Amino acid sequence: MTYTAETLSGLERDAAEILGRYPVKRSALLPLLHLVQSVDGYVSPDGIAFCARQVELTSAEVSAVATFYTQYKRRPNGEYQVGVCTNTLCAIMGGDEIWRQVSERCGVGHDETTADGKVTLERLECNAACDYAPVMMVNWEFFDNMTPDRALRVVDDILEGRDVKPTRGPSTVASFKEVSRVLAGFEDGRADEDQGVGDPSLAGLKVAREQGWEDSK
Amino acid sequence: MTDLTPVLTATWDAPESWKLGTYENHGGYDALKKALGMESADLVQAVKDSGLRGRGGAGFPTGMKWGFLPPDDGKPRYLVVNADESEPGTCKDIPTMMSAPHILVEGVAITSFAIGCNHAFIYLRGEVVHVYRRLLQAVREAYAAGHLGKNIHGSGYDLDVTVHAGAGAYICGEETALLHSLEGRRGQPRLKPPFPAVEGLYARPTVVNNVESIASVPSIVNNGVDWFTGMGTERSKGMGIFSLSGHVNRPGQYEAPLGITLRELIDMAGGMRNGNRLKFWTPGGSSTPLFTDEHLDTPLDYESVGAAGSMLGTRALQIFDETTCVVRAVARWTEFYKHESCGKCTPCREGTFWLTQILERLEDGHGTDADIQQLLDTCDSILGRSFCALGDGATSSISSSVKLFRDEYEQHVTDGRCPFDHAASALFDYETSPTAEEAHA
Repeated sequence: MTYTAETLSGLERDAAEILGRYPVKRSALLPLLHLVQSVDGYVSPDGIAFCARQVELTSAEVSAVATFYTQYKRRPNGEYQVGVCTNTLCAIMGGDEIWRQVSERCGVGHDETTADGKVTLERLECNAACDYAPVMMVNWEFFDNMTPDRALRVVDDILEGRDVKPTRGPSTVASFKEVSRVLAGFEDGRADEDQGVGDPSLAGLKVAREQGWEDSK
Repeated sequence: MTDLTPVLTATWDAPESWKLGTYENHGGYDALKKALGMESADLVQAVKDSGLRGRGGAGFPTGMKWGFLPPDDGKPRYLVVNADESEPGTCKDIPTMMSAPHILVEGVAITSFAIGCNHAFIYLRGEVVHVYRRLLQAVREAYAAGHLGKNIHGSGYDLDVTVHAGAGAYICGEETALLHSLEGRRGQPRLKPPFPAVEGLYARPTVVNNVESIASVPSIVNNGVDWFTGMGTERSKGMGIFSLSGHVNRPGQYEAPLGITLRELIDMAGGMRNGNRLKFWTPGGSSTPLFTDEHLDTPLDYESVGAAGSMLGTRALQIFDETTCVVRAVARWTEFYKHESCGKCTPCREGTFWLTQILERLEDGHGTDADIQQLLDTCDSILGRSFCALGDGATSSISSSVKLFRDEYEQHVTDGRCPFDHAASALFDYETSPTAEEAHA
């Protein structure tokens, strides 16, 4: 174990809070894995050993769980996880071409990281925003209605060290490690940040308001 | 013309719609207070009488699911909300939780009280971090306001709610895989029976319900059973969110009574892109057999969609116009099922692998006529022979598309290439890359 005493005590404090949320210890494993990613930027051997100790499993058992889920990274991840949805709907609406151009610009393929450690690219499966297709996700924030130009601008901003802003969500995209900490269940005080609800989410409501329709109550 | 009925979506355009104050200003948590003054058995009966059916895809009656719990033995029982929304095309629960998380939290509190649960879980897919922020905050606000926690509103009833983030696995939308995952294991499905109602989370009686099902409960308590049954068709009651995506002018969320038709919905969505012809669509996500323009007037309720050969599923209406290659679409969905197959059972693990090989070969123009039959034969080896519904779902678009568009598959074989210009289906203009074309040649 190579964690410093300070890192370790922070991890242990957080782990105790996570364990307190569940009646059975093992249920804490998924958030604990997110937690170690928030420190190491991936599920490191140290992280696995740490989780194993917390939930009283072997390292092999923890690895077996970690390798099942795509959000747990087995190699140091980029600061930004950039996913282009290439599931059917998005792919056909233009996601395939966006993917091609983004991959070309970054010079890496699926599940690969740029040499500067900024971007890990991913061909994304459906992320439940099909009404905003084609969709891109950066550190699990929504970048809706993408075109190749918009997508390349986002990627260029990241590669050149500028903050990027999602179309729905917070004012800026947090880093992979910061987001991993939220996924471990720790609030970061950004829930009220908002880019406005998108038109597709309000499409039916707008029609109903224009027509003066209300439910029959 | 069917009127839209915004209930779950009604507050989404309010300023700071996700905040407790906004929700309470719109009557939020009144239903919880009312419910706490009722007998829990009466609440279960009311949801049974409402005819509410599971909104996560299967359409199982929600009240009946609650009623399957064995009598209270004094030990824990659980409510687990399935917020893993991952079925391709499905995009209703995520905006619900982003814009109105409290409607779910209130539904959780009422349902938990009705079934005698003191610790509920919301299992959210991990790939939507801002939704997770909103849910965590909503639960925190609800505790502070006394809607959750100890002795809720002086009723003597206690409830804790844990919001749990998954880590990227479609299979965790399957209820037993979800429970496995929530227990800190690989998300692989369990054999049923025993059903979760008998042995669910930690082998205790558990109700697993979809977000939209639970979010519908407060409105039923508030407005009454007759109000709910006044919407919908004979055996498909109430309202539901219909999610239109793809080649329509205004894709989005349209909340309507069950039984509305796609023709009405496309009309409300401003018609098809460029006035193009509708070619094929999914009524309920990629696991439901494809429909065509012949089904524009099929009432979108459980029975009618079933009778027409598909499933209402999650009302994820993915619309594809005449520019779209069906083989390309189906190949990509199949690749998804291959990627997401958990590997537990052979038909699904091996079958989706081979189906993907064959479909990609066909789409690339290297297929043979025998490949088309092989697709159907392999589907036969998966459908009904897999451990869970993921395998069955993988075959739906393949079998239905071969049936509906066999000539298009054959044309890929005859021409030795995909006959479609992929750029024509995109929502923006681009030059088809010569290298990509060569790769297909």
